[in-house]
Amino acid sequence: MFRTRFTRRLPAAVAVAGLALAVAACGGESTDSAETAPQATAAQLNPNADLSKQSLNVTVWDGYTPKELTERFKEKFKVSDMKIALHATNEEAMTKLTATGDSGIDVAFVSGQYAQALNEQGLLEPIHPELIPNLSNLYPEATQLSYDKGNKISVPYTWGTTGICYRSDLVKTPPTSWNDLLKPPAWADKKVTLMTTERWLALPALKSLGYSVNTDKDEEIAKAKQLLLDAKPHLLKFDDTTFGDLLVSGEAVMVEAWDGWCPTTDEKQNIKFTVPKEGSDLWVDTMVIMKSSKNKEAAHAFINYILDPEVHRWAAENINYKVPNKAAMDKVKVAPGSLLGIKPAELLDGESIIDLGQASTKFARLSSEITAD
Amino acid sequence: MKPQADARPASPARERRLGAFVFLAPGLVYLVVLMLVPLALVLSNVFFQRGRFGGIVYEFTTENFTRLIDPLYLGVVADSLKIATLTTLIALLLGYPTAYLIAQLPSKWRTIALVAIVLPFWTNFIIRVYAWIILLNGQGLVNSGLKALGFDPLELLYNDGAVVTGLLYSYLPLMVLPLYAAIDKLDPQLREASANLGASPFTTFRKVTLPLTVPGVMTGSLFVFVPTFGNFVIPEMLGGGKSIMVGNLIRTEFLKARDWPFGSALATALVAVLVLLLVAQAWAARRA
Amino acid sequence: MRRSRLLHVPFWFTYVFLYAPIIVLVVMSFNSGKSAYTYEGFSLKWYGVLAQDAKVMEGLVNTLIVAAGSTAIATVLGTLLAVGLARHTRSKTLDAIALMPAVLPDLVLAIGLLVFYGVVQFTLGLHSVTLSHAVFSMAFVAAVVRTRLSGADTSLEEASRDLGAGPVTTFMKVTLPQLMPGIIAGALLAFTLSLDEFVIAFFTIGNLDQTLPIVIYSMIRFGVTPEINALGAILLLVSFTAVIVGQRLTKIGESRAQD
Repeated sequence: MFRTRFTRRLPAAVAVAGLALAVAACGGESTDSAETAPQATAAQLNPNADLSKQSLNVTVWDGYTPKELTERFKEKFKVSDMKIALHATNEEAMTKLTATGDSGIDVAFVSGQYAQALNEQGLLEPIHPELIPNLSNLYPEATQLSYDKGNKISVPYTWGTTGICYRSDLVKTPPTSWNDLLKPPAWADKKVTLMTTERWLALPALKSLGYSVNTDKDEEIAKAKQLLLDAKPHLLKFDDTTFGDLLVSGEAVMVEAWDGWCPTTDEKQNIKFTVPKEGSDLWVDTMVIMKSSKNKEAAHAFINYILDPEVHRWAAENINYKVPNKAAMDKVKVAPGSLLGIKPAELLDGESIIDLGQASTKFARLSSEITAD
Repeated sequence: MKPQADARPASPARERRLGAFVFLAPGLVYLVVLMLVPLALVLSNVFFQRGRFGGIVYEFTTENFTRLIDPLYLGVVADSLKIATLTTLIALLLGYPTAYLIAQLPSKWRTIALVAIVLPFWTNFIIRVYAWIILLNGQGLVNSGLKALGFDPLELLYNDGAVVTGLLYSYLPLMVLPLYAAIDKLDPQLREASANLGASPFTTFRKVTLPLTVPGVMTGSLFVFVPTFGNFVIPEMLGGGKSIMVGNLIRTEFLKARDWPFGSALATALVAVLVLLLVAQAWAARRA
Repeated sequence: MRRSRLLHVPFWFTYVFLYAPIIVLVVMSFNSGKSAYTYEGFSLKWYGVLAQDAKVMEGLVNTLIVAAGSTAIATVLGTLLAVGLARHTRSKTLDAIALMPAVLPDLVLAIGLLVFYGVVQFTLGLHSVTLSHAVFSMAFVAAVVRTRLSGADTSLEEASRDLGAGPVTTFMKVTLPQLMPGIIAGALLAFTLSLDEFVIAFFTIGNLDQTLPIVIYSMIRFGVTPEINALGAILLLVSFTAVIVGQRLTKIGESRAQD
């Protein structure tokens, strides 16, 4: 008799408890996310803090910093521990940094418009310039970037532009226009790739139509979407991470690429990079410090360490990305085929991608609609 | 045996209730907190709006439904159904004869044959899928072979065919095992009797073997269909972002577009389709 | 006879289909070149690269931690649940709840957990994956233990009760020893499932620590090299050995039992 009574009551009781928990939890969350962009307030930092009591967690693209970075930094600054986490794309990093309360990350590498977005959400600690004397190594241009004028919340790590990377021995005519990717000629059919990250996915189409990469007009985005949908059947795949390998192996002949990841210095010297005539962007990958970080002094020390010319030049010499650090670039030897010779002034011809606030979700939606079709 | 302290003559009913509580409560509470509540959250998300950076803004909306029935997204659900059905059918066509022949083998070989079916399952899932990239890509083994024989290379990777191949490869063992169990249970005398009564081997198969192994067919199909229909890893790796399934959309909404409510709506649709199919199957089984 | 010869075609096709990719995978792991596609000559260098890959080793350790932790939770809770469901209730609903994690698509459970952890502001990491893995592992442990229970003789338990032992004593001294083979089988299953689990881990792992399947996944996303083949070959070797040893042990066990 008890058996039946008990078991009939149990699921109900359990369900009620569960619901109560869920409701309580929801209540807590809604107040948080309803607030928009609280202005970042700076914490009081101690320039003489004992770093051996701090640890450091950094998230960065795979291969974007030297392998020995952890050991060297640990040795020099005696931090108690240091870990490097990897993300494949900006979007992945955003999920990591926003999904839960404490991401555990102190310093994150994200592109400029995403740094701006993180700041609008109140997740970033303002940069304390007095703790980063090496900021003076930056090109003057690198302190006036439109997503963050005056480097208040971010410090640039690399910069460059987006263009077409191609196999000079496998193309019949070198590409000159974004349309060469969007409407590939027969010899390149299913041998071209476009990127997957929302803003760079849209870029070739927007530029080919003569629009701004920062457009928030529905009709312009709709036209770009149609152009991308028409291009989709002619693509090999959408790819943000291995397009360089696909060119080297010959699976692809033309790809949308960031300049640094276009393997122009490959030993066979058959890979070239071009910025299409319709123009392109100026992107900046930055370092930001999370507000939730409990190791803000160590985080500043890390950014200052990166800006050291001897450290920063690594990126230019090993991954072929231009660094916005004049002192470092002056020391770099430019390898044959390298794109490092492009001057900051030329880079600034590109249109800087900025965060569009609520309109940014239009690009997220564009990306899912392209995926779904 | 010395009576223990807990053996005092308490009311047996109270003791029973306590026993039920001690055994059932820990597991059930765990499942409620870490399964039912999360599922309830996914379901309730459907009615709310996206936060710009993921997360949920608790303002009521029906937009996620109207978006879900957009042909664009319904089309992906339909494609996933098509891919999952095709994979299940091929698995059945390959798995049934395989299981049937394994069941006829002498017992020593039978064990080896069965172990050989499960063995690939024991390596890492991602690496198993990755092996197909090596085989199928433009410069891969199959195409190199074709080139050597003087044929034009084929586009084998990044399309529906590659996705079905990968899914089939990953879940075929789940079809063979239940089929084998069902066929193995059959009494050989039944088939002999059928043959003695003058039935052709085909008639025997159709009228005796097949009906008796229908439960095995059902279980195997379910085992293949469910993980196939909700898959995102295989279409992502072998479909190149061009040949996609509901799972990819859900992943995109959660980890890329950061639109959790719409991702939740898609997940709800996925579960709804599966539940409908299960109900239909149970209904068919009861009528049979 | 003609009919069964026709059946041989799909039979052999199945085995070739299952093993061809594995053979190619292993062969290419010995490639001296940089490409995972074109064989350039024999070399063991990728095994050396693999041995020095700290990420892989770290991933392996993390995977073992998660598998051990989730197996421990799942075995205790799953066993209790199985006994409770078999002996203390007849509720079909509770049965269904206990089986649900095993049939629910992993992706749905994964996003549910991600949303849940987000809502309660739970920091993600190895611990959240461990808790998440225990959800589905528990269902498998409970299912395996229940098959054992349904075959078990209840008269021993009754005798124990008649002799004055309380439910706890009866469970510890009578039921548990009877169930042990089922519990061990369930625990092994839970452990193996956790080792290879990707989807739930991918959504609930957080930023800093990665399990081996996630490490492999990101290696593949950043380009294919024979290092992944080498890893695959080693994992194959380990599991093949485990299967063969396991097979031998059961055979020895069986022949002893028959003696």
